[in-house]
Amino acid sequence: MELHFILNGKPADALIKADTILLDLLREKGCYSVKRGCDTSGCGLCTVLINGVPSLSCSVLAARVEGKQVTTLEGMEREAAVFGEFLTAEGAEQCGYCTPGLIMNILAMEKELNHPSEEEVKEYLAGNLCRCSGYMGQMRAIMKYLNRAEGGDDSEACQ
Amino acid sequence: MKHVNRAVPKVDARAIVTGKPIYTDDLAPKDCLIVKVLRSPHAHALIRHVKKDAALKVPGIEAIFTFEDCPDKRFTLAGQTYPEPSPYDRLILDQRVRFVGDPVAIVAGETEAAVQKALKLLRVDYGVLEPVLDFRKALDNTILVHPEENWRSLCPVGADNHRNLCAQGCEAEGDVEQVLAECDYVVDQIYHTKANQQSMMENFCAYSYVDTYDRLTVVSSTQVPFHARRILAHALDIPKAKVRVVKPRIGGGFGAKQTAVMEMYPAFVTWKTRKPAKMVFTREESLTASSPRHEMEMHVRVGADKSGRIRAIALHTLSNTGAFGEHGPTTVGLSGHKSIPLYGKLDAFSFTYDVVYTNTMAAGAYRGYGATQGIFAVESAVNELAEKMEMDPTVLREKNMVKEGQIMPAYYHETATSCALDRCMARAKEMIGWDEKYPCRDMGNGKVRGVGVAMAMQGSGIANVDTGSVTIKVNDDGFYSLMIGASDMGTGCDTILAQMACDCLDCEMENIIVSGVDTDVSPYDCGSYASSTTYVTGMAVVKACEELRDKILRRGAAKLGCSMEEVEFDGNSITCLATKKSVTMKDLANESLCGNEDALEVTAAHSSPNSPPPFMVGIAEVEVDRETGKIEPVDYVAVVDCGTVINPSLARVQTEGGIAQGIGMALYEDVVYSAKGKDYSNSLMQYRIPTRLDLGNVRVDFESSYEEQGPFGAKSIGEIVINTPSPAIASAVHHAVGGYYRELPITPEKVYWETR
Repeated sequence: MELHFILNGKPADALIKADTILLDLLREKGCYSVKRGCDTSGCGLCTVLINGVPSLSCSVLAARVEGKQVTTLEGMEREAAVFGEFLTAEGAEQCGYCTPGLIMNILAMEKELNHPSEEEVKEYLAGNLCRCSGYMGQMRAIMKYLNRAEGGDDSEACQ
Repeated sequence: MKHVNRAVPKVDARAIVTGKPIYTDDLAPKDCLIVKVLRSPHAHALIRHVKKDAALKVPGIEAIFTFEDCPDKRFTLAGQTYPEPSPYDRLILDQRVRFVGDPVAIVAGETEAAVQKALKLLRVDYGVLEPVLDFRKALDNTILVHPEENWRSLCPVGADNHRNLCAQGCEAEGDVEQVLAECDYVVDQIYHTKANQQSMMENFCAYSYVDTYDRLTVVSSTQVPFHARRILAHALDIPKAKVRVVKPRIGGGFGAKQTAVMEMYPAFVTWKTRKPAKMVFTREESLTASSPRHEMEMHVRVGADKSGRIRAIALHTLSNTGAFGEHGPTTVGLSGHKSIPLYGKLDAFSFTYDVVYTNTMAAGAYRGYGATQGIFAVESAVNELAEKMEMDPTVLREKNMVKEGQIMPAYYHETATSCALDRCMARAKEMIGWDEKYPCRDMGNGKVRGVGVAMAMQGSGIANVDTGSVTIKVNDDGFYSLMIGASDMGTGCDTILAQMACDCLDCEMENIIVSGVDTDVSPYDCGSYASSTTYVTGMAVVKACEELRDKILRRGAAKLGCSMEEVEFDGNSITCLATKKSVTMKDLANESLCGNEDALEVTAAHSSPNSPPPFMVGIAEVEVDRETGKIEPVDYVAVVDCGTVINPSLARVQTEGGIAQGIGMALYEDVVYSAKGKDYSNSLMQYRIPTRLDLGNVRVDFESSYEEQGPFGAKSIGEIVINTPSPAIASAVHHAVGGYYRELPITPEKVYWETR
């Protein structure tokens, strides 16, 4: 079937099968940041935004995004780089395989939660697995990132 | 030092955090044949026949291979230096299948759908055999896992396939039985650790193609590119010169990718069809047909006199290597070599072991590599000993721990040339508030918080075996290429090796480029395992840079018309101290590209005659619910002596990550088999690795010694950090609510029944 949707702000078309999974379609479209880490919707690596809402692209049929806005990390490179500075300052990106999915959820969380506590952050990101970092360095980076405006200059991370 | 001991961001950070296509599956050509394997549903069977005509008729199917198509020369998939201690017990496909999941047929086709369809149409006639599943019953069982005549063991590891024996050995010093008989206190217990999955986020994957020169190129997510080249040549029975292995960024390894688990399947397809081929394991495959930690059962006897001196340790380890022997003979050694030497006042020790084959998934290398299992057993026994003696377990350790300068008889008689274990203990106790919290605090709500302690050591590379080499060369305008054969798997070795080079050459990080591994062009390195990269390859960087400095000085001196002794290099220019004349590195570099007969390039190799252990102390605080047995990790402090910390943020995250995996091993992770040998832990729902809600707080500090033989005084960090959580948590739970936890993981059910 024919599919029309907005991928990272640009109109996109695809010829898909009824059982095409969104994750596979996105990778076919060159969005290689979208990773597959499990077979059971449990690792968070494939997280993308569908109309701004974080979704596991491994568990969404491509047909369901007809007419919708799909955003992958490729579409948020600037925002990702800002958070990325905080993450790399902690050395917490490590192998990086879980990083795109994590960043998608962090950027969504930032819009959704106002000044979340560490506990709220943990709850929000519980579905994003990471095997390298033990999560502590990620948490340090996330809290510093979320509190960056209060520290004064928004561009602090880039210095 | 301008770069060493600084939290320099990783050189690949920007690409990683912006999701660039840098991993194996991102890079694979789009026209690759998709490769999958049909897997055995039986734990033990002989294949009579595979009927593949219907499957071959599926449109898009390129080829289907069975055991009849594969070479009959056995090899091992273990990424170890040749001749490998692991027995040659594998074929690409074998007529005998030895565990549920053992490959039966390789199917290659144009699309995943076609391959899936063909897999369903294959009909296999199995002669089902009785399996041997219990590793306690495997030795000298009438059922043999490897009865074949062409099974081979290349090294004297005590292996005998007619006894299901992958390795056997014994070491001792002093009369351990006599000393134990004299001891006032003896603990005599059996401890059991299960298989654990590394569960790196990137599943096993590789793709392959035939290149311009009719050679096989395999791009793989591997920790051991050079070993993989040899393994593939053995597997396909082709000359090693025909194989090239390339390693891009890796999405985690932790030892899993020190075994060439699956490269041979796409490689075989490519070699047969001459077409590019790709295989990506599903998570289920990564969890059921891979290379997990060896399950071990350890019998520990430890004895002390009235004064609290630990006088003897006797350890027997039974290790389950599963269907194949990858890393079987070597992992078991660490269960004794990295646990017994923690105690420096022994009159006697003995260490014996059997490694057995069973019809379960083959084990492999996982961070800690046997040390993790042995340390759980010995440290748990020492905690029980302290209780028997009514002594604080930290005090018992302070009295007995190995000290700097001591010879360690159970560690190949190496001397502890650098050891800050005492400072690690003092700092860890201070951080957790041990004296206030030991042994437990009743929280008044049905929950009790307990604390527990453990020490650990590891090695830094394999002495006299591990080899790291690096090439450093000067390019236009004086930027350097640092070419290494060690595999960065996210750990950051590309970065820390560049940091070292920067300090050796007085330059900035921007001035050094680092390349991934390509066996055709990278200098030889045995690979990233055995905690070797910082210590072994790091020293190769130091050597190479020193030689390059000499070359730069020599060239500068010639240019300036003075002697080598009169010139100085500050990173930017070479100056003659006598005449004050100088030439910039930029000019010198550019001139070296014109009419030059002496390449500004050095390759240096390093191997170490010993393997200085890093040391650490871990203390766990857990909260246990008396009613339900539920355990919540509250706080974990880890204080590590890894020598000089090359990159504090990367070393900290290594430690936090290792502790998290260790907590997973202690509390959650379990590979469970059915009575017929099917692995039930086949997804991340069943095999539950910790989420960020399951760990409590982890706090890390460093107490550095200085290791003279290491680069800038450094030792290793990568593996040791997984070793303390299991024994520390087992003891903390015991202190909280009682009961003994000698089998992992420590589940609420076990706590519930132990405390009833």
